[in-house]
Order: sequence, then C-alpha cells, then structure tokens
Amino acid sequence: MFHDTVLHDAGVIAGKDLRLEWRSRVTTNQIAPFALLVLILFAFALDPDRGILTRATAGLFWVAVLFSGLLALQRTFAIEAADGNRDGLRLSGLDPAGIFLGKAGAVALELLVLEIVLGAGVALMYGTIFRSWLLLVVTCLVATTGVAAAGSLYGVLAAGLRVRETLLPLLLLPILAPVLLGATRSFEAALAGVPSDGWPWVELLAAFAVIYVAFGVLAFGSLLEEA
Amino acid sequence: MIPEHTGSRATRIIGALTLAGFAAMLVLALVVSPPDQVQGDAARLIYLHVPVAIAMNIGFGLNAFGSAMWLWKKSRWCDTLAVAAAEIGLVFTALTLLTGMIWGRPTWGVYWTWDARLTSFSLLFLMYLGYLVVRQLPADPEVRNRRAAYVALLSFVDVPIVYFSVSWWRSLHQSATLSLNTTISGSMLFTLFVSIAVFIGCFAWLLLHRFRVAWLEDEVEAKGLDLAISERRAEALVGPRPVEAR
Repeated sequence: MFHDTVLHDAGVIAGKDLRLEWRSRVTTNQIAPFALLVLILFAFALDPDRGILTRATAGLFWVAVLFSGLLALQRTFAIEAADGNRDGLRLSGLDPAGIFLGKAGAVALELLVLEIVLGAGVALMYGTIFRSWLLLVVTCLVATTGVAAAGSLYGVLAAGLRVRETLLPLLLLPILAPVLLGATRSFEAALAGVPSDGWPWVELLAAFAVIYVAFGVLAFGSLLEEA
Repeated sequence: MIPEHTGSRATRIIGALTLAGFAAMLVLALVVSPPDQVQGDAARLIYLHVPVAIAMNIGFGLNAFGSAMWLWKKSRWCDTLAVAAAEIGLVFTALTLLTGMIWGRPTWGVYWTWDARLTSFSLLFLMYLGYLVVRQLPADPEVRNRRAAYVALLSFVDVPIVYFSVSWWRSLHQSATLSLNTTISGSMLFTLFVSIAVFIGCFAWLLLHRFRVAWLEDEVEAKGLDLAISERRAEALVGPRPVEAR
C-alpha cells in the first residue's frame, strides 16, 4: 500500500509540474533555445575547423545538459516559492517521498527533452554520427535520473533562501561532476570508441542515481519542512 | 559566564607536545632521513603532504559523524563539532593541495595536472566550501543546522571517491604511500609516522580551540537576541520613542 500511495503522489506532483511547464512553455521556449545557444557558443570558443568540436562532442553535450538542467531545476523550485506554494505542498498531505519522486521525475522528463534537442543539435551542427544507440539511450536515462535526483535534493535545500540562484550551482555542480565524467566517457565509447568500454561508466552512473534517489526519498520530508 | 580565552590545561599540553613534535619532525625530515633514490630531496615533502591529507580525512570524517549525529540526536555539541571539523578540514585540504603542487613541479614538471585524484580533490575542496557557505547563511539555528548537516552528508559521498580514484582510474598520482606491504625504508617510515602523529596533534589542538570559539559564538548570538528582545520590551513599557529628526 505504501508504494501505491508514494507512486500515486509522485504522479500527482509530476503531472502538476509538467502541466505547468506545458502551459507556460518555459522549457520549450527558453531553456531549450538556451541549450542550443550553449552549443553555438562552444563553436565560437573552439575552432570548428580543426576537428576539436568533433572530438569533444561528448563532453560538450553533457556540459550543455548540466547548464541548461540547472535552469530547469531553478525553475521547478521557483514555481513553489511564489504565493506560499511550499506551505501548500507541505499541508497537502502528500507523501514527501512522493513529492520528491514527482519533482525529480518531472525534471528528468524535461531534461530528456533537452537531451533530444541537444542530440539533434550536435548531429546537425557538429556532424556527429550516432552509433551504439542502446548505450547512448541507457546512458541518457541513467545519467538523467542521477542529475534530476541530486538536483531536486539541492533544489529544495536552496529553495527557501534569498541566495538560491547563486548557491545552487555552487553546491550542485561539484556533486554532479561524477555524472559529467561517467556520461562523457560512456558517450565517447559509444560515438568513437568500443561500446563495451562504456558500460562500466553506466554502472558508475547507476550507482550515483541509486544513492541520490535513496537519499532524496529519505531526506526530502525533513528538508521540505523547514522554511 | 564568558571565559576570556579558549585555552585549558589540555590544550596547553597538546599545544606544547605538538610544538616539540614539529621541532623533532623538522630534524627527522630534513637531516636524519635520507633523500629518496628516485625523487631526491623533493620526496621530503611527503612528510608534510601525507600527514595533512590524513588530518583532512579525519576532519571530514568528524564532520560527517557530527552531522549525522546532529540529525539523530539534535545535540548542539554535534553540530558545533561538525562545523569546527569542516573548517579545519578545509584548511588541511588547501595545505594538501599546496604541498602537492609544490612537490608536483619538480617531480612531474607541472604544478597541476588533470589527474583523477587531483580533480576529485579540487571538487572536494569546493564542496566543503559550499558546506561552510550553507552553514553560515543566516537562519534559525535548527533550520540552518539541518540544512548544513544534509549538505555535509551529501559531500562526504565524495571522500571515498577521492580515495579510490587512484585505483579506479589509471592515475598519474602515486598510489597509497602506506599499506601493509610497504616498501619504504626504515628511517623514512619512522619520520612519516612521527609527522603523522604531530599533525594529528596539531589538528586536535586547532579543533579544540575552534570548537570552543564556535560554541561561544552561538552563545553570544543567543544572548544578543535575548538582550535585543528585552530591550524592545523595555521600550514598549516606556512607550513609543519620539521620531528623531533626520
């Protein structure tokens, strides 16, 4: 029964966040174009003629995901900040673990959309040829779960603070560094190397995701209570 | 009552022993122990680098312990231990990075290299910097401590990653200096143990003082609030103050 209510509550929260996103179009009209802009800026910074972009595609892709993901995370907790929504959330009687899973799930879905946009971006602009689809898709799913879980944890931690815009990147980016490392190596293996080299990195990403999802399920309630 | 200083008999004894230990360590490290066959005199930096790294690990370990205990028992003592240990741990992290860079220049030819251990180490430094930022944000002590405790526990996940990074990824950094089947020569090993003991003493001395300062800071903050409240109350009894001309 416990799991039923948690998952039901997660569905309610995720549905609410995604409906908000769908109606406000912030992800599609602002964050996704920003992600593409980051890709274009990389092309300005790194000479596109010398093949640096092609060799660095995996890393650039994930850096762009992290930066635009930060925006999505800021946004998902900013919508709770207005009009005392946080108190409403707390008083709603929904299971805190469910709220966490719902928030993280909605962020993960937004991130996956961003990754598809960015994937199309690197394919068109950096001339990347995708091979080993299975490894690429699994890496995206596992890494995104980790980013969304860790991000939602730190998001709620920073949400009540006046300094949240500057604090969240400082706290979150060092924590996400293993994801950047693992996802980049795995993508490199899928794009240019031997795909079997990528799977150990997927294991690292999975361990990261499990740790932060578990931490979030246990700690979110007590972090949400403070204001 | 607020004491005039944070010293006590215990800290004075630890401090004196540490000072004497530093003198002995300098003699042992610079005169008695031989230069390394491969690295020459640069290898003497190991008597600084390894002990400060060990002290740093103790600091972050105590920080994680204090944070977890705070979440469990809600005792102010644990939170004060956590913040004091993290601050000193951060100083020792900086020292580890600094001695490592000074050693890296003659040995590797560069101050910095993007090696797994160095990279994860610099991340560790930034994480605990973030922890101290969160711990110092103005808020109700209960809220602030809980927030900081969670950040501390989340950061501590990175400590084993740093430790194992050397064996997980092929790394330029040499592997652990001390292990059961160590290959290091007698007087060097002895010097290393002496310097580890000295730095742990130094760490303990700093921790005791920092702990007492942090405790007093909280005390002053609480007293200041009580004082301000009682002053406002006294004003209310007297009646509103006339508005002063600006």
